Amino acid sequence: MKRSRPRWSDFAVEALIRVLGFSTVGFVLLIFAFLLREGLPVFFKLPAAALLGKLWYPTFGKFGGLPLILGSLLVTLLAVLIALPLGVATAVFVREVAPRWAREFLKPLIEVLAGIPSVVLGFFGMTMVAPLVRQWLGAPTGLTAFTGALVLAYMSLPTIISVAEDALDAVPRSYRDAGLAMGATRWQTTWRVVVPAGRSGVIIAGMLGMGRAIGETMAVMMVTGNAARLPLDAAALFKPVRTMTATIAAEMGEVARGGIHYHALFGIGIVLFVLTFLINLAAARVIFRRRRKGGLR
Amino acid sequence: MTARLVVQRLGFLLLGLAALIVIAPILVVVAGIVVRGIGAISWEFLAGMPRSGMKEGGILPAIVGTLLLTLGTAVVAVPVGVGGAVYLSEYARDTAFTRAIRLAIVNLAGIPSIVYGLFGLGMFVLFLRFGTSILAGSLTLAIMTLPVVISTSEEALRAVPTEFRTVAASLGGTRWQGIRTVVLPQALPGIITGVLLGLLRAAGETAPILFTVAAFYLPQLPHSPLDQTMALPYHLYVISTQVPGMPPGVQNGTAFVLLALVLLLNFAAAWIRRHFRRRRPW
Amino acid sequence: MGTVRLLRSVRRLALAALSMAALGLAGCAAAGGREGAAGSAAHKAAVSGQVSTIKNIGSDTLVNLALAWAEAYMAGHSEVHISVTGGGSGTGIAALINGTIQLANASRAMSAEEVESARRNGFEPVQHAVALDAIAVVVNPANPVNGLTLRQIAEIYTGRIRRWSEVGGEDRPIVLLSRESNSGTYVYFIERVIRLGRKDNYDLPSPETLLMPSSEGISAEVRQNPNAIGYDGLGYVTMDQKVLAVAAAEGEPYVRPDAATVLDGSYPIARPLFMYTAGRPGGAIAAYLSWILGEGQGRVQEIGFVPLPGGAEGRGAR
Repeated sequence: MKRSRPRWSDFAVEALIRVLGFSTVGFVLLIFAFLLREGLPVFFKLPAAALLGKLWYPTFGKFGGLPLILGSLLVTLLAVLIALPLGVATAVFVREVAPRWAREFLKPLIEVLAGIPSVVLGFFGMTMVAPLVRQWLGAPTGLTAFTGALVLAYMSLPTIISVAEDALDAVPRSYRDAGLAMGATRWQTTWRVVVPAGRSGVIIAGMLGMGRAIGETMAVMMVTGNAARLPLDAAALFKPVRTMTATIAAEMGEVARGGIHYHALFGIGIVLFVLTFLINLAAARVIFRRRRKGGLR
Repeated sequence: MTARLVVQRLGFLLLGLAALIVIAPILVVVAGIVVRGIGAISWEFLAGMPRSGMKEGGILPAIVGTLLLTLGTAVVAVPVGVGGAVYLSEYARDTAFTRAIRLAIVNLAGIPSIVYGLFGLGMFVLFLRFGTSILAGSLTLAIMTLPVVISTSEEALRAVPTEFRTVAASLGGTRWQGIRTVVLPQALPGIITGVLLGLLRAAGETAPILFTVAAFYLPQLPHSPLDQTMALPYHLYVISTQVPGMPPGVQNGTAFVLLALVLLLNFAAAWIRRHFRRRRPW
Repeated sequence: MGTVRLLRSVRRLALAALSMAALGLAGCAAAGGREGAAGSAAHKAAVSGQVSTIKNIGSDTLVNLALAWAEAYMAGHSEVHISVTGGGSGTGIAALINGTIQLANASRAMSAEEVESARRNGFEPVQHAVALDAIAVVVNPANPVNGLTLRQIAEIYTGRIRRWSEVGGEDRPIVLLSRESNSGTYVYFIERVIRLGRKDNYDLPSPETLLMPSSEGISAEVRQNPNAIGYDGLGYVTMDQKVLAVAAAEGEPYVRPDAATVLDGSYPIARPLFMYTAGRPGGAIAAYLSWILGEGQGRVQEIGFVPLPGGAEGRGAR
């Protein structure tokens, strides 16, 4: 330490840091407030029954949002179902199993996936994956909920893998050494000691992954077909679907401010916001409980 | 004994399979773009203006636009994000308010990029009257990048063992002095990695810039932060989906440039992380 | 320690980058800051008298034509900068109403509500017809069907006819493709084809219809899916799609869309394309518009649209 007496500027910096810390809450509140301001009017102008209706034809006055909500949910849940096991398995593989030389090219490759922009993946999905879904799986068209979930899963994978990896990394070597010292195989040590120790990280991974999936716009817009149909029948997986995000992106530009369509789109924004808030609240509970219990993050 | 080893071998094989399923498509996509796009790369392509309905000429305005947007994002997101992370890691106590902040961060991470676009349009373009501009686009992207920067920076800060802080404190000096001279430098590689990862995501995003800054065709370089600009991801989207008869070389060439930019940031982040993880003194 | 060295060099780099950025932006702002303070300026054209900027937004159908016009015009008039963006007719009209642009492209006429909104915002929108367009109905090249009546197309798109065998094709499901709801093409197609041009018809396309965000989205699906049917402006139909001949009714001749059949009215699904201005245009915009209606018509056909008959002048207010 160069100085033993605290400087005034240090306190100023600390105050600034506190402000910056609070700013995130500020931003979330600002965004929510903004969404509310522009979106609430739709809930007053249309009865709830109309808003939860089955028909979405906004340019003809029908604002039934049910197909959109269900469409988003279907694609997101499916995507996470695909991506989480794959992602955690890959993270475990890269961190615990793969020999050093393999790790050196695996990790960069995964980070390459993180960098591939959604437009590129969407275009790839539209021109290469969708036709295959149609030809191999017999769907009338390859632009389906399933295709969307596949593309979304790949988009969430880097997030999931990276966070899971960091969680595994944070587990000290001593844990692994202790496991091995007691005679467990690497496999047993990994699954019974290391992964549980980094479990909250895996949960965060899943949550951030889900967040990435539900929020994706461009890629789903290009591969899900954007048909506002209710995905409630058995074949829904291989039929087109329309997500809330694609709806906003596709229709937002056209609305004149203050019109009911404008408010309806912000209303969808509110629904999206609330949904992700609830998911995150649930996840946060798990994380904080673990943090308070002590042990590793 | 051997049963356990057999299980282990099977298990490792399964894991390897998972990794393969993840990796293989990446290689296919990237290889496809490189092979089909590299032929279009030339000095004229990188430094020229688009011509003939954007089917010929270059993509300079889009490249410059993306670089400016990324820079603008960094200028806002880094101080706010790292500051927030320092607060959470070093100052915050486990109170309800701190939990609220963490919840807010996780929420910001979960907000769909198109909702950021909505917010950016309403707040920066219309309400604050910046118009569709680099300023509006950068601010929107910056808020979107905050969660990544904060969470990775916080992880990096927390990874610094407490002993470092205790020793710094025992030598006298305020908490901030300790952070500034000891903790922050130790956490810096992790922080930089997080920042680069956040920035490369911002560089590749389309939805937030759709209505805040992106132009379909604007064959001039921006003069001020209040100008509109073309941007690589949006440009790729329009030439892939809006313009019939676009030579695939141009499409793949643009994808190649975007990928190259993003990969550069990627490798920088990866190199830093790897290089300093090895030299960590703990 | 390596980290300390890293910290020092990072600090220097960051400082250098930030100062360069600050200098750069400041320099740019000083030199070019005429777009300056309030982006609220509704009409940004001809501010400094040196270079005027025209922002041209709207119909995705028109966007490539608008782009070609902008390029050609700027080549001969270096004092004007024109930026072109798509987003759909609705987008352009909304931007015109909101006051953020001066020239909106639309492949449909403004609705009564939109005109009202414009009037509430203080101006009377002026419609200028700039070209003609045919809506082509396209199917996969392997599809044996060659022509459909308007009624058949309407029944297909409302979901009443579900398999190709019902209209003389193979026994396959029909996959419906359409443009997005912000597209003027979409609105026009519903009014003219699905509702058969009748005001008392409230039919809507089936919810199973895939709304593609762009013309190329429709093309990409039609060219590789034998079940697909789609529609779009003739200028967007690529060589690898099959264009159907359309008959206005049973017993009428099946007509294929091209410039001749649009101009003589025999192709039943043709429409004018518009540009809207806020009030009567003046200055740079008026010059640009009269160029479009004059010399600009020479470029229309190579983009795939139909030039206006005999150099007609734009009409007045709605």
